[in-house]
Amino acid sequence: MESISPFVFGLTVFILAVFVGYYVVWKVTPALHSPLMSVTNAISSVIIVGAVLAAGTAQDLLTQLFGFGAVVMASVNIFGGFVVTRRMLGMFNKKK
Amino acid sequence: MSANLSALAYLISSVCFILALQGLSSAKTSQRGLTLGIIGMILAVGTTLASPIVSSYGWIITGIIVGGIIGSFIAQKIQLTALPQLIAAFHSLVGLAAVCVAGAALLEPASFNLGQIGSIFRGSLVEMGLGVAIGAVTFTGSLVAFAKLQGLVSGNPLIFKGQHPLNAILLIGLVILIGLFAMTESHSLFWGITFISLLLGFLLILPIGGADMPVVISMLNSYSGWAAAGIGFTLANSLLIVTGALVGASGAILSYIMCKGMNRSIINIILGGFGGEQAAASQGRAEQRPYKVGSAEDAAFIMKNAKSVIIVPGYGMAVAQAQHALREMGDILTKEGVQVRYAIHPVAGRMPGHMNVLLAEAKVPYESVLELDEINRDFGQTDVAFVIGANDVTNPSAKTDPKSPIYGMPVLDVEKAKTVLFVKRSMSPGYAGVDNELFYQDNTLMLFGDAKKMCEEIIKALEE
Repeated sequence: MESISPFVFGLTVFILAVFVGYYVVWKVTPALHSPLMSVTNAISSVIIVGAVLAAGTAQDLLTQLFGFGAVVMASVNIFGGFVVTRRMLGMFNKKK
Repeated sequence: MSANLSALAYLISSVCFILALQGLSSAKTSQRGLTLGIIGMILAVGTTLASPIVSSYGWIITGIIVGGIIGSFIAQKIQLTALPQLIAAFHSLVGLAAVCVAGAALLEPASFNLGQIGSIFRGSLVEMGLGVAIGAVTFTGSLVAFAKLQGLVSGNPLIFKGQHPLNAILLIGLVILIGLFAMTESHSLFWGITFISLLLGFLLILPIGGADMPVVISMLNSYSGWAAAGIGFTLANSLLIVTGALVGASGAILSYIMCKGMNRSIINIILGGFGGEQAAASQGRAEQRPYKVGSAEDAAFIMKNAKSVIIVPGYGMAVAQAQHALREMGDILTKEGVQVRYAIHPVAGRMPGHMNVLLAEAKVPYESVLELDEINRDFGQTDVAFVIGANDVTNPSAKTDPKSPIYGMPVLDVEKAKTVLFVKRSMSPGYAGVDNELFYQDNTLMLFGDAKKMCEEIIKALEE
């Protein structure tokens, strides 16, 4: 049997994930839409995975610099996104 | 770490991210969701670091430390009123990071298992081209959004002749270039794609007016997700694809909710120009109609003797940083036995959920903050509606005047309250540039002044 191309496999995963995202996000309460944005912002920086590969495996300096730049930017986002989300959620939970 | 093992670790991270979003379905579970999100991220980065092909750690560790310090510092220091700008700036970084990763993949495909230089798999080249294009559009688009929100450039829509045909030509050019790039693997074509996409990002967001910012931010949120998914396809990494799809879907849903909150179609917003000419047109007929002006003492007296008060906050409250004074005013009224509630319109503020965060910051009880459809019916049985920094979202002409630019937009039925107290700087129209019928009603009392000062004066009057 011929093997499935990585693209088709990726597309399968992608479409299913869009559906999961659709149903999960509709359940998010409107009061928490701002934290939703900051947390999705943080997790979309999982792109750091690609950045780490570039920075950690490349031979060429230019590629390393691209990788390094991407690692820095993604880290700003990951830390920044999670910290600001934590701040916001802390406020929602404080009273009571 | 073997390929299968890391794929499984990535799968666990994907599940963590899904649960992180699911946690946001209520304030109670949200903290746990956030923790899961952080665990997912640590697992993802750790797994990648442990992969055998990663040979040097110097750049990576330095990058994470530098980025981590900058990110944490900014996120700690930022005032929550500036949240929309912060999010826009963060989106731009995701976009630029995607461009960098795609560039790195082009220069050294072997690091990513994409074949050798000069013979990268054709499919990977298409994905690379798409990834870099979406990333670049996200980058410059978010920069423009940031500049508009921060007030660095005017929030007015910037429109010039031939804008839409130009964008269309750029878009078609982009598709052709990606096709050519996939066939030739030419580096100059790659940078050409990057350049055109950067330009397109600018041009797409420039014509969109300030009032549409909640949609723009959500849209860019969505783009940053698609960019991550695009890179995921390039690297054949399921985690990136799943996360990108989640974020993309989330941003798309938020955009949809915001569009519905304004009764506009997404196409209409992308084409832009709202809040420009209409503003000039409707200003002409507005003046010279009688309206009543009240003082802080009047407002204090009316609210003290009311049974129930609904507070309607808007962006003006955020600008004036009035949320703390407002909460204090609410507390005093509650002590006097008045029922105090807050009504939040979906597009109040400059990003989804903006008002909720600001009120939570001021420690307004979560239960007394209600959404449009939860509270709209109650205005009829309410003694006082206290509108502070909101305008268009209370305009009754959205229900009655088919000629109004905001006709059909869901609004808060503020006019049904026995008395409407409207805090405003002056008689100028709102962001959409539409005059508000509410000002001229018999039961409306205008309170002119800065939102924060007005609240403080009312507090003083209440305490006397």
